Amino acid sequence: MVRLLNRNWWKYAGIALVFYTIIAGFLIEAPKLDILNESIRNLFFHVAIWFAMFILLILSLVYSIKYLNNSKRVNDILASEFARIGIVFGLIGISTGSMWARFTWGAWWVNDPKLNATSIALLIYLAYIVLRSSIENEEQKGRISAVYNIFAFAALIPLVFILPRLTDSLHPGNGGNPGFSSYDLDNRLRMVFYPAVLAWSAMGLWLSSHRIRLKLLNEKINELEQH
Amino acid sequence: MKKFLFLILILLSLNLSAQVDNQSQSVQDKDVPTMADKMRESGKIYVVVGVVAILFTGFMVYLITTDRKIKKLEREMDDVEEKLNRK
Repeated sequence: MVRLLNRNWWKYAGIALVFYTIIAGFLIEAPKLDILNESIRNLFFHVAIWFAMFILLILSLVYSIKYLNNSKRVNDILASEFARIGIVFGLIGISTGSMWARFTWGAWWVNDPKLNATSIALLIYLAYIVLRSSIENEEQKGRISAVYNIFAFAALIPLVFILPRLTDSLHPGNGGNPGFSSYDLDNRLRMVFYPAVLAWSAMGLWLSSHRIRLKLLNEKINELEQH
Repeated sequence: MKKFLFLILILLSLNLSAQVDNQSQSVQDKDVPTMADKMRESGKIYVVVGVVAILFTGFMVYLITTDRKIKKLEREMDDVEEKLNRK
């Protein structure tokens, strides 16, 4: 993974995809729907960014498990940095969603199961960051936070995907509302939506890669100083 | 015989669907939701695209410059490591 993060090809592909998302996102013809009007284009930003967050958090989980397996510092660094940028994307997802809500539901925030559940999930991940900063010993920090990461992810799935679908919710895709996939997400939108998911995931990976590489440099400095 | 009947029934059931037929409801001129067609006609949509593109160009430039700085640091680190290892 570290070698992949140092390569450039996916970064340029990511740039191209982001510009495709922006340009095509505003210029393609969108389905004409009540209440949403043009704001359905937020699909390429709000929804795609949540998908990207999910990908980053899965990566974080994978490296947490790897760390528990072999205790290599690099796995701990990967796990924590992917989680961090995942949280950032989650916050962006909530703010873009809030903006969308203001213009479609009439309020910046509603007391809604999906919104509440995703906020709780994000708070759980924020607690992961706090946990890490509260432990001094590197190895202990890595192990305890890796276990916590697994539990955080295990909480994320039911909170974000399952719980809201069991009850009534304003949010599309839950409790009585058709998801955008049923009749709104026609093939025109899909052509920009899937590249958008890749684009924002690439940006998330890029942002994480900077922090990861800097942390690895720090590790090397510490190592060299010890000699 | 049973298989044949089964196939016939499946074929007949192909035209059933649970989704609402949207075609019949949507295209009545008075009820079409308003879209930003005027913006597109007057070319203003390109202002939107342009502004967002400029913002993201700035963001990309930041990412690329930071990437280069980190690469430089990594190269320096490799040099230092080499020198120390030779000693």
